[in-house]
Amino acid sequence: MSNSVLEISKLRKSFDTELVLEDISIKVPEHTATVFIGASGSGKSTLLRCINLLEPIDDGVIKLDGEEITDVEINPDEVRRKIGMVFQAFNLFPHMSVLENIILAPMRVKGSSRDQAVDQAESLLKRFGLLDKAHQYPDRLSGGQQQRVAIIRSLALNPRLLLLDEITSSLDPVLVNEVLKTVRDLKAEGMTMVLATHEMGFAKQVADEVCFLKDGRILEWGTPDQILNKPQERQTQEFLKQVNEAGRL
Amino acid sequence: MKNEASREDSASQFNGENSQSKYDFGGKWQPSELELARRAARAKRNKRSAIIAALSSFFVLGGLAVIAVTSPGWKLLSDTFFKWAYGVEVLPKILLGFITNITLTTIATICVAFFGLSIALVRTSKAPALTPFRILATVYVDVFRGIPMLLVILLVGFGVPALQIQGLTNNVLILGLTAVIITYTAYVAEVIRSGILSIHPSQRAAARSLGLNYVQTMRHVILPQAFRRVTPPLLNDLVALIKDTGLVSILGVTDAVRAAQIASSRSFNYTPYVMAAIVFLLITIPLTRFTDRTLRKSIEQQNAQGLA
Repeated sequence: MSNSVLEISKLRKSFDTELVLEDISIKVPEHTATVFIGASGSGKSTLLRCINLLEPIDDGVIKLDGEEITDVEINPDEVRRKIGMVFQAFNLFPHMSVLENIILAPMRVKGSSRDQAVDQAESLLKRFGLLDKAHQYPDRLSGGQQQRVAIIRSLALNPRLLLLDEITSSLDPVLVNEVLKTVRDLKAEGMTMVLATHEMGFAKQVADEVCFLKDGRILEWGTPDQILNKPQERQTQEFLKQVNEAGRL
Repeated sequence: MKNEASREDSASQFNGENSQSKYDFGGKWQPSELELARRAARAKRNKRSAIIAALSSFFVLGGLAVIAVTSPGWKLLSDTFFKWAYGVEVLPKILLGFITNITLTTIATICVAFFGLSIALVRTSKAPALTPFRILATVYVDVFRGIPMLLVILLVGFGVPALQIQGLTNNVLILGLTAVIITYTAYVAEVIRSGILSIHPSQRAAARSLGLNYVQTMRHVILPQAFRRVTPPLLNDLVALIKDTGLVSILGVTDAVRAAQIASSRSFNYTPYVMAAIVFLLITIPLTRFTDRTLRKSIEQQNAQGLA
């Protein structure tokens, strides 16, 4: 493993008196995908929000390309523009068209001209088969289309790292596939990613490393085959059994 | 028949955009006997409803009018309040006064929008440097939202000149305007603040995760959505503001209310007050209707977003 895009060591996070993440240490090398699995409330979303500096942490270090982003002197806005994030509920801006959603950050954050930003947005929309939706408002799009627009929006700043927070959890099974295909395409192009997901089949396809999160700790980690097919820990086995029974494997 | 058409419209919307082409088999479809009978029955029922509504309105409203006009006090009442010839005579003076109300409303609206937004932003921000301003803004809003506006007008209009400070104006128009602005800024600041707080935190998270800073997030993401949401209550406040400019007449400003008062006291007839009321209503009723329509649209928009 050469240079890690993301490196977390001994991260700890609590909300008031409730400890949500403890002793989290991972390395995400360039062009790889690390997938976090675990029950709801195990801390997956919080971890992603901490990486994007949306949540302050209690202890530990997060490094992006070797630079400590948890340094108090660092400007979080500058860090966030290097990290793309996609949310479970899409969080598109409802008062803006698809195109405006995508060009907002390049224009305001990177200082691109409108023409430049529109060109880039249109080529991204074309690549993901959404060019005909450019001037639609989010509420006219299906959930799958909205989520793909949200992915494109986060790609418009050419991020070093993409955080995907249960991006298929509010979609029906048919729409899940079009979103997952988009993520597989990104993986194939070499995007470095950290994902939280309940889709175990998808985790198998896309992950280089799978981490099982239990009560805020990484209980078990390894290749998708190791974790999803031959888990060693009893709690991992139980979790996967429950997921299997729910028909999501 | 009009009812019929709109019902079909909403039905086709419910079935999705393509329902027309999907169920219209090459234009050869003809409604069945059963459907034709149903339509006829519906038309008949609608016609009967319309007749009943018309008859009932005629008898109830007509009856009330007859009772009013034939009652023994009617003559006195109409001479006191509805002496139209006198009303028309004093109308120019009242309209001239109303220009003052409109001017006050216009200037106040601009100032209130600016100060109201500023205070809402101060109150919703978490910047430590703004802490003293946040405290002041909170106290200000609490105080001026909680006391009668008439009291503020009296305090500013009569109190400030009593200080006899050099350079401060004694112009009652400006003092009255100031009092109106002070009071309405407090109302409007709260409306805008509630709009800002009503935008889901996930919108802020999405904007910040794209690297937008606080100001950019407010300017491009939060405020546009917040304003769309609070437009109806803000329009309500505008209607209230137009009416309340009449209160500055207590300071001796010759607005529509004051003009009516002068005309009325000269003749011991109250028609000028009624004329002033009508002048206000000519502006406020259309604006209220417009507000209702805006509110309905805004609710529809939010429902559409909820469905997506």
